[in-house]
Amino acid sequence: MAGAMRERFAQVACELLDEDPRTMVLLADLSVAMFDAGHRRHPHRVINFGIREQLLIDAAGGAALAGARPIVHSFAPFLIERPFEQIKISLSHQGAGAVLVSAGASYDIASGGRTHQAPADVALISTLEGWTVRVPGHPDEVDGALRAAVRGESHQYVRLSVESNSSSLITDGRPMRLLKAGKRGTVIAIGPMADRTLAATEGWDVSVVYTDRAFPWPERFLRSVISAASPVVAVVEPYLEGTSLRELHRVTRGAPLSIEMIGVAPQELRNYGTSYQHAVAHGLDVAGIKRRLESHLGQAASSWF
Amino acid sequence: MSERPSVEYARQLMFRMTGDEKHAVAAESTFDVLWVLYTRVLRPVRSEVSGIDRFYLSKGHGPMAYYAVLAALGEVELTDVLQFGAFNGRLGHHPDGELVPGIHISSGSLGHGPGLAAGTALAWRSQGALRNRVFVLVGDGELDEGSTWEAIAAIGRLELSSIHVVVIDNGSASLGWPGGLMGRFVSEGWSSSEADSADHAAIERCLTRNSGRPSVTVIRHRSSRGDT
Repeated sequence: MAGAMRERFAQVACELLDEDPRTMVLLADLSVAMFDAGHRRHPHRVINFGIREQLLIDAAGGAALAGARPIVHSFAPFLIERPFEQIKISLSHQGAGAVLVSAGASYDIASGGRTHQAPADVALISTLEGWTVRVPGHPDEVDGALRAAVRGESHQYVRLSVESNSSSLITDGRPMRLLKAGKRGTVIAIGPMADRTLAATEGWDVSVVYTDRAFPWPERFLRSVISAASPVVAVVEPYLEGTSLRELHRVTRGAPLSIEMIGVAPQELRNYGTSYQHAVAHGLDVAGIKRRLESHLGQAASSWF
Repeated sequence: MSERPSVEYARQLMFRMTGDEKHAVAAESTFDVLWVLYTRVLRPVRSEVSGIDRFYLSKGHGPMAYYAVLAALGEVELTDVLQFGAFNGRLGHHPDGELVPGIHISSGSLGHGPGLAAGTALAWRSQGALRNRVFVLVGDGELDEGSTWEAIAAIGRLELSSIHVVVIDNGSASLGWPGGLMGRFVSEGWSSSEADSADHAAIERCLTRNSGRPSVTVIRHRSSRGDT
């Protein structure tokens, strides 16, 4: 089961091969059959290196140095964690742009165990300068995210997941959107966390912001939303808890805020099962998010007022 | 350039950076091949052949020979050499291609050059730029890095004939390469040759041959101190 986001990614990437002669698709034995059509039409621009992830990233850097726009795909642990030094040196330090696209977000591959899970991928990328990380919340958001990432020459990471909202929430290409306005605080829901965050806050007088970006966030927009409510902020993030702190701090620097981060716990679960079971175990289902938000909003209210 | 650049001048520039002629082995092992590459092989030196050449110094350690050759050819300034390793200098103990346009990759962390070259060659192939070439300089110790073998195997099987890897073999791999390095490239379909680092004519012959396959040249280097 490939997942709807990954299907859309492969489809749009093949369209981009037709439309933009700079593009190349670089693979390491994962999702290869999904690019058959693109490979038939552009045999020299769809390359499968076999199970060689260090080469996958080094070669992306080398291709960019020759003017290509590489779209590089594997599962998150093998795309980001295993060849992280290649990302640091052959893409960032080299000044060679690329579009990394992962499948298998956080606990998507729950039954695969820890080896196939990489909730810290976005945190790792956040240690490097100048990257844009896109976290589509619905398969219909993949098209726009990928096309925006491929445009230009910058460093881009698109993180696909089997978790999804019921519909696309990005309608006009803007990176953030106010889903509802309230007075008790602001909750930022990232990517696939939007539906369950809305459910958890149903009937509550809080603002809920949706974004399909891990970073960068639009400063002015977010500051105006946060300053319109009590100085209480919570982030619901589909990856390692705390990943968004750096970006939240950059955007809200100087503002006295009470902050809570709700994401994937750092502890290894050592459980298999389904992605939903993992979401529950991490407190990332509706009930878990509601519990954390209630506690935070309650504490914040008692200490602030 | 009006005057023919002098190999002795370049060598003196290198010693200015290495500081001590007796301890210049790391830099010196690459000097001769770089000199031949830059004065006799790389286009535009050989401008009668169309296409462009890139040089990827994968082994970013001991780059003084590289800087000296670039300075002798006017690619970097003498002041850059005098500022070697300084805060505001452009030439560090490992090279940064973002600081100096004539330096084609940033390196220092070992094992990235062959993979970068693979991507460059694939991009050229997709662009139809089949006359371009990329030379990659690695050390025998650097080939300890597994990432180089991911690239060496894939370059062979993808038949990326625009790549020419130059291995400086000064016996620095801690666990050695029993049976030599050459056979490991040959079994992956590479065309191979070897030369002694002192024999400039032989190096030139090795680097200008056209085999239609990925090429490797192993340069044997004996320490000038004679203590190997």
